Amino acid sequence: MYKKIFFTAIATLILSIVSFAQTQNATSDVMRTNGKIYVVMAVCITILVGLIIYLISLDRKVSTLEKEFKGEA
Amino acid sequence: MLKKNWWKTLSILLLLVPFTFGFLVDVPEPAGVPLQHTIRNLFFHVPMWFGMMILLLISVINAIIYLVNQQEKYDVYATAYAKTGVIFGLLGIVTGAIWANYQWGQPWSGDAKQNGAAIAILIYLAYFVLRNSVTADKQARLSAVYNIFAFCMLFPTLWIMPRLVESLHPGGQGSQGNPALNPKDNTPIMRLIFWLAVAGWTLLATWITTLKIRIELLHNQYNND
Repeated sequence: MYKKIFFTAIATLILSIVSFAQTQNATSDVMRTNGKIYVVMAVCITILVGLIIYLISLDRKVSTLEKEFKGEA
Repeated sequence: MLKKNWWKTLSILLLLVPFTFGFLVDVPEPAGVPLQHTIRNLFFHVPMWFGMMILLLISVINAIIYLVNQQEKYDVYATAYAKTGVIFGLLGIVTGAIWANYQWGQPWSGDAKQNGAAIAILIYLAYFVLRNSVTADKQARLSAVYNIFAFCMLFPTLWIMPRLVESLHPGGQGSQGNPALNPKDNTPIMRLIFWLAVAGWTLLATWITTLKIRIELLHNQYNND
């Protein structure tokens, strides 16, 4: 299930990059309005999502270790 | 894991609030209050301090429980919460300095609240120095006692000392008396985003801490076998 979420997130990122490339010449691009604040928002959300994906993967690794240790004891 | 621990999902959802509305919400720009868009730091810089205070509170509670029942795991809890708390405090100092560089003209102005925060963090850093410089048999009890002392110093340095003098912090000039937030700078919707951000960051910090605790407990179990 988490693999699915991970790949969906990656796919969304790639798609958004593609959409950036396509709208580069459009002056009415929503990302360029409001003093380009949406760009900062996109950067910060990317960082947050990246860190949370990393945190989830660490959490799962610790769970695996705990299970292994219980199995041995 | 996210299914079993609903609060982890909640922390992600709560954090999405400052990361979206924190950038989009309209901020007041009254004349004479020069914060402009930097007031948006309210959703990122200030929750670091609230997160730190809540984590250090959890830490001292665990230290007291350890002193009462002498169970090793409470010592592990207390240390892990103190560690994440101090990391949040350091992030608070650094983000504050970045902001101060543009708002007060220099990263460090020796402002009462800056100095107080630095003192508080140094007291907690001494906690780790003390902890790592005594033998294992005394470590847990000594650091639990010191934890209580450090926590007793936390609120005077962050809340009381900065209020006794003028502070450069918003709301700290003249007789305003609350060097944290100038009422002119925010709106009810901003305060709502702020509290959701505090909850989100605190839950994220707790999540990180629980990982640290689980690793430490595994480590201890491994060493005991």
